[in-house]
Amino acid sequence: MEFSIYDFSTLTNSIHEGLSNSFSPTWVMIIEMSLVGLAFLGLFAVLGVTLVYAERKVSAVIQQRMGPMRVGKWGLLQTIADVIKLVLKEPLMNRQADKLLFGIAPFIIIIASFLAVAAVPFAKGLHALDFDIGILYVSAVSSIGVIGILLAGWSSNNKYSLIGAMRSGAQIVSYELSVGLSLLTIVVLSGSLQFSEIIESQANGWWIFKGHIPAFIAFVVFLIAGTAETNRGPFDLAEAESELTAGFHTEYSGIKFAFFFLAEFANMFIICAIGATVFLGGWMPLHIGDLAGFNAIMDFIPPIVWFGMKVTFLIFLMMWFRWTFPRLRIDQLLKLEWKYLLPINLVNILLMAFIGLMGWHF
Amino acid sequence: MSNSELTEIIKNLSPDAEIEENHQFLIATIPAPQARKALETLRKGENTKFDYLFCLTGVDYPEHIEVVYHLKSTDLEHEMVLKARIDDRVKPEIDTVADIWRTAEFHEREAYDFYGINFKDHPDLRRILLEDDWEGWPMRKDYEDPINMIEY
Amino acid sequence: METLDHSEEITALESQEYFINMGPQHPSTHGVLRLVLTLDGEIIRKVEPHLGFIHRSIEKMCEKDAYTQIVHLTDRMDYLSCHMNNEAVCLAVEQGLEVEIPDRVKVIRTLISELTRISSHTLWWGVMGMDLGAITTFLYGFRDREMITDIFEETCGARLTMNYNVPGGLMDDIHPNFQNRVKAFLEHFKKKLPEYDKLLSNNVIFQERTKGIGILSKEDAISYGVTGPAGRASGFSCDVRKKHPYSAYDQVDFKEILDETGDCYARYKVRIQEMWESMNIIEQLIDNIPEGDFKAPTKAVIKLPKGEYYQRVETARGEFGVYIISDGKKSPYRLKFRSPGFSNLSALDHMARGSKIADMVAIMSTLDLVIPDIDR
Repeated sequence: MEFSIYDFSTLTNSIHEGLSNSFSPTWVMIIEMSLVGLAFLGLFAVLGVTLVYAERKVSAVIQQRMGPMRVGKWGLLQTIADVIKLVLKEPLMNRQADKLLFGIAPFIIIIASFLAVAAVPFAKGLHALDFDIGILYVSAVSSIGVIGILLAGWSSNNKYSLIGAMRSGAQIVSYELSVGLSLLTIVVLSGSLQFSEIIESQANGWWIFKGHIPAFIAFVVFLIAGTAETNRGPFDLAEAESELTAGFHTEYSGIKFAFFFLAEFANMFIICAIGATVFLGGWMPLHIGDLAGFNAIMDFIPPIVWFGMKVTFLIFLMMWFRWTFPRLRIDQLLKLEWKYLLPINLVNILLMAFIGLMGWHF
Repeated sequence: MSNSELTEIIKNLSPDAEIEENHQFLIATIPAPQARKALETLRKGENTKFDYLFCLTGVDYPEHIEVVYHLKSTDLEHEMVLKARIDDRVKPEIDTVADIWRTAEFHEREAYDFYGINFKDHPDLRRILLEDDWEGWPMRKDYEDPINMIEY
Repeated sequence: METLDHSEEITALESQEYFINMGPQHPSTHGVLRLVLTLDGEIIRKVEPHLGFIHRSIEKMCEKDAYTQIVHLTDRMDYLSCHMNNEAVCLAVEQGLEVEIPDRVKVIRTLISELTRISSHTLWWGVMGMDLGAITTFLYGFRDREMITDIFEETCGARLTMNYNVPGGLMDDIHPNFQNRVKAFLEHFKKKLPEYDKLLSNNVIFQERTKGIGILSKEDAISYGVTGPAGRASGFSCDVRKKHPYSAYDQVDFKEILDETGDCYARYKVRIQEMWESMNIIEQLIDNIPEGDFKAPTKAVIKLPKGEYYQRVETARGEFGVYIISDGKKSPYRLKFRSPGFSNLSALDHMARGSKIADMVAIMSTLDLVIPDIDR
């Protein structure tokens, strides 16, 4: 089996060929799917644990304290201990809750995250699904999550949950537009909805640099709307701890609560990964035009590391938002979207189309 | 406005008023049925303008119950204490002042809660600090609770 | 529960008001306060506070206790301005005994009062930010408050419920380190207070969330008896330190902070400026603590002469009154605490009507309610 850190397609191809030699095509497909599923399960577990730990440490730095320090070296095992606690906890349910909906709500949310993460290109050749309508697919499946939130709020038979769910519904439906439109701004330049092609089109420079000011505006809008999509502070109205105790997941405990928790962090990762792919070149190293020497040095850093660095940077930005801003009110939240972000976005697309038409971008 | 002028006004409002003056306030004690009208006049009068009721207290005496109103005028910067004397200890009744000073709404509920003083026409006269099903008026001197009260 | 009003015209979708129980356990009531909200969607139609979850019948207990014992109970009411509560009782008793209090005591009491005010306001600031979703402020507020509680610990051994006052003076003299530590704190806090503005006051979201929210007019403030920073933000000049100076407040030069707007942002700003003013008072006094006794001689068993005594002080939340009716015995015949939170809370319904649930949280935190103070 060949393996190269710079191009995973050799690895995936050799697995595929190996399997094809011993199994029929149907079985090959089933086995490959299971492998991919297992890989993503593992990824989610690792993501959840590391992101929770990262959030704790980032918030600790911002708040001038140390964060978890007791379990393991620098509290590294703290999140693992928390996972064990959550898994072992009794899953309580409100007696008047709608049992079926209450049970499936967390699964819908986590399934939506799984569907979305399938389209994320992690490195060259490390890509589960490479649709030609990748961006459309991601924005479609990521909005399935809101159904889970609405169901959770509705079925809990708790007014706080219901208010949280309604807020979340209004919020995600609105901000979905801005996320989609800001991504479309770049699609205008790249001319493709396929993630691999968008990345290839950034081989001589990332779109955020090549697309002049409109690309940067689109990036900022994407960050704001993306933060709102993931229900994170300052847009965490659905949870709004000081107003609604815990919003839509007030009544959840144990493993089901852990699913909501995991989905929040997974969604954060997905939004950041999409943002990194479309605006910051995904796994593509930093290239500047035809500077061959510089580009070669940058190429020396493996694509997966580039991807990781960009995503980490964006995740850090989102955590920074959360721990420094106060929360918006629901009417201000909707006003921000419909009166500011959406018009800015529409004008921005026109501007970008004009730039694309005239060929002014690099 | 000086205390002597205030005394004059109160004498006019209620001929039965007993006026005394201590080191702090002018204290007028009047019968409960006349209290509401006197307080309303003191609040609305151009030269009294007692617009700030800073304390409302119920007091239980062996023979009667009193409601003590500490009044202040924020404009004219004078203060006085008006005591309404309720002679009926079994079913004490007095007119509410919650519509004159909004703060009285809570303070009267507290006086009702502790002393059982019935403030007539109060918008929402319920127990405020104790449970709704509490029996008796605990701040009265003859209240007995063998479980929670320790005699020493 | 009252019956719902269905008289409104029924359109395509019928809308109905519903109730929500905010509390007794809720993150932003800061204690066990239960608010029954009548809501129309997210808009608040009515707020009905249910109090008394931690009522400890302090007034009834006082009727059995000696005056020296009563002082200890007042700590447990408004625990964030415990020193001022103690002081109120002590001043009332001293008023009755007609003892001459040494100047040293007056100045130290004023100093500790102002430090308590700063510590209460820093905690309020942190919690206010947290209520609006900026959790970080909470820890910044506590960081600065910690320095003050350390000073208190060194002075009298306790950090929260201090009991530093006794009728006639103070429990003990200040620690020799006191002046240095207070000066160090002032130096530290002067740098940190502008940081508060940077972090929260000048934040666009914060201003949007607080400006024009929960407006209380001056007339309403007076009528509801809303005092303290909340009352002064509505233009109600009610600073007891100015109007009826006690302790050493007549020796210092300070401003009464007033604002006209009466919204949440005004209440916020008044408190921030009050911290500056408190620092100003401390600066004037810290180097001028007169020499002398820390306590005027009093009898072991204090018996107040027959009569009544009213003493008010300015706590961090507003005007705190102690009304003692004495019949000449060793414990009062009747003792009433006029707690500022109780009156401030009564205005909540008036202020919150028509705003959203999120505003409700902002209004509550700018009223700065301390539940034991309300329930007593």
